Amino acid sequence: MSKKILEIRDLKRDFIMGSETVHALRGITFDVEAGEFVTIMGSSGSGKTTLLNILGCLDKPSIGDYFLDGVDVKSLSRDELAQLRNHKIGFVFQSYNLLPRTTALENVELPLLYNKEVSAVERRERAIHALESVKLADRFDHTPSQLSGGQQQRVAIARALVNQPVMILADEATGNLDSRTSYEIMALMQELNGHQGKTIVFVTHEPDIASFSSRTIQLRDGRVQKDFQIADKRSAVEVLKNLPHTDDY
Amino acid sequence: MSLINLIRIALKALQRNKLRALLTMLGIIIGVASVIAMVAIGQGSKQSIHDQLSNMGTNMITVQAASNLNGGVKIAGSSFQTLTIKDIVALRANPTYITEVSPSVSAKGQAINGALNWPTTMAGVAPEYLDIRKLTVRDGIAFSDNDVLTSAKVCLIGQTVIDNLFPNGENPIGKVIRFGNIPFQVIGVLSPKGFNAFGQDQDDILIAPYTSVQKRILATIYYQNIYASAADESVTDSAVSEMTRVLRASHRLTKAEDNDFTVRTQQELIATLSSTSGLLTVLLTVIAGISLVIGGIGIMNIMYVSVTERTREIGLRMSIGARGKDILLQFLMEAVIISLTGGVIGVLLGFLSTWLVTLLLKWPTVVSNSSVLLSFVVCALTGIFFGYYPAQKASRLDPIEALRYE
Repeated sequence: MSKKILEIRDLKRDFIMGSETVHALRGITFDVEAGEFVTIMGSSGSGKTTLLNILGCLDKPSIGDYFLDGVDVKSLSRDELAQLRNHKIGFVFQSYNLLPRTTALENVELPLLYNKEVSAVERRERAIHALESVKLADRFDHTPSQLSGGQQQRVAIARALVNQPVMILADEATGNLDSRTSYEIMALMQELNGHQGKTIVFVTHEPDIASFSSRTIQLRDGRVQKDFQIADKRSAVEVLKNLPHTDDY
Repeated sequence: MSLINLIRIALKALQRNKLRALLTMLGIIIGVASVIAMVAIGQGSKQSIHDQLSNMGTNMITVQAASNLNGGVKIAGSSFQTLTIKDIVALRANPTYITEVSPSVSAKGQAINGALNWPTTMAGVAPEYLDIRKLTVRDGIAFSDNDVLTSAKVCLIGQTVIDNLFPNGENPIGKVIRFGNIPFQVIGVLSPKGFNAFGQDQDDILIAPYTSVQKRILATIYYQNIYASAADESVTDSAVSEMTRVLRASHRLTKAEDNDFTVRTQQELIATLSSTSGLLTVLLTVIAGISLVIGGIGIMNIMYVSVTERTREIGLRMSIGARGKDILLQFLMEAVIISLTGGVIGVLLGFLSTWLVTLLLKWPTVVSNSSVLLSFVVCALTGIFFGYYPAQKASRLDPIEALRYE
């Protein structure tokens, strides 16, 4: 029996804009179990971003319940939410959000600086280990400007992994990358999911990317439109192999 | 978050933008350096005035016969004849705070050497007078107690009198000059003291035993003044009360009677002059303080810009687990590091510029510990005070908006 990482019950989120109330989420219910690779899809305005903010504990629902790894997020204060993000969530952003003029290793160490239980020695070891697991063992001292987009996103993934979160939350993580690099990132995600059993929630609007996951939740107008398992999920490694070479020009 | 992590985070953030950190520091550096340099110059001039007066004998106490009511008419003190040998004996008897005592009489007259003459003053004093007034004999010898006993016709001569009576550079020692009608043998030459703070030529003088002046010139048994020195500048007040007590006893004054003499010290003079230069110090400190405040505003300015510029960074830090408090402390720490580093550099620069002022302009300077401490504390407080507002702004950002900030 697998453990439930996310439990979402009838989640609603309203924004008050002047005199109008915008219903961004109108009642969403789903669970995510440990080891799942879920993509959340939806066109713009579907409530994707609002849901992502709530999943990432950056925002709280107006109505409904959200349990992250058994913790009732709704009852937590701002500081407690920060702690929760630190311990349980690894963020990967579309625009990487690495600190400029800071080495890859220091970027990866960053979340651990906000974790009291980790010593300086352990911090360094875990950062090195995380960078090795995203195959950047030879780029420790490179700053973001010395790295390609794909490499920067891998540093960001290493940063997401370093705190050993229960869930990796990716927000359009391939949005800024060309298709080959996107597939590389997806291959890495699949590896983390398959070999290391990481739970991944991946927000995207590209169906192509969604086909690498094991399950897709489609949003529309703040509701779940479709929620289906992907029976024949593609392997990003295979796709990469079959990709035509483009270094002719 | 631990303090070490906090400092590490703040330092790395500053390292990412060294030039900006340095420019921010500049205000503090200049502020602190100018506080130290200006206070040093102010203190230096105060000290030099004090030293100048010390050279006149800061521990010197002067007693003058005082004005007194005589049938309802106040009569000038100098015309009173109250200070006598009895007082000197009493003062020398068992002193606690007084170390040396000398009576003093003076006569104005014409000093004559052959065809040359010069109007000057002859002071009649005891040998202790030289110590009390910090006078030294450059050539020859000073007169002794024995000369006082015998009312010897010997004198010490000041440089101005030499210049006028011995213009061709002859050695005056051993020569006999006349003061009025009385011949005096010159036995010593006083080291020149130059003009004092009030423009009087201190070298235009002849010094002779007081008995000689009293008996041979003035024909009096009274003294005009009594000079004494306190053991130390700090016990001057005790010495004054001791003198007053002894003189009152010696003059047999009852409790109801006023003093028939006045006791003056140099400290009043020093205090007056010190307060002038103290005013100077305050003025300079105020100017320097203003530049510190401007430096602080510089910090606030840059920190504000920095918060705006680093909004995404703040959003990221929050999303990976930094609490509002962590962000607040980080920015506050950055401001404190900037102002303390600036403070240290400013102190060094202050010492350097003070040293240069002394070296190049030959101005006297004294670096006071309190100005170093004060400017240091002020710049730490400036950092916290001016860093707090931007830091608070940063800590209150909404992580969602901060992450999407362009």
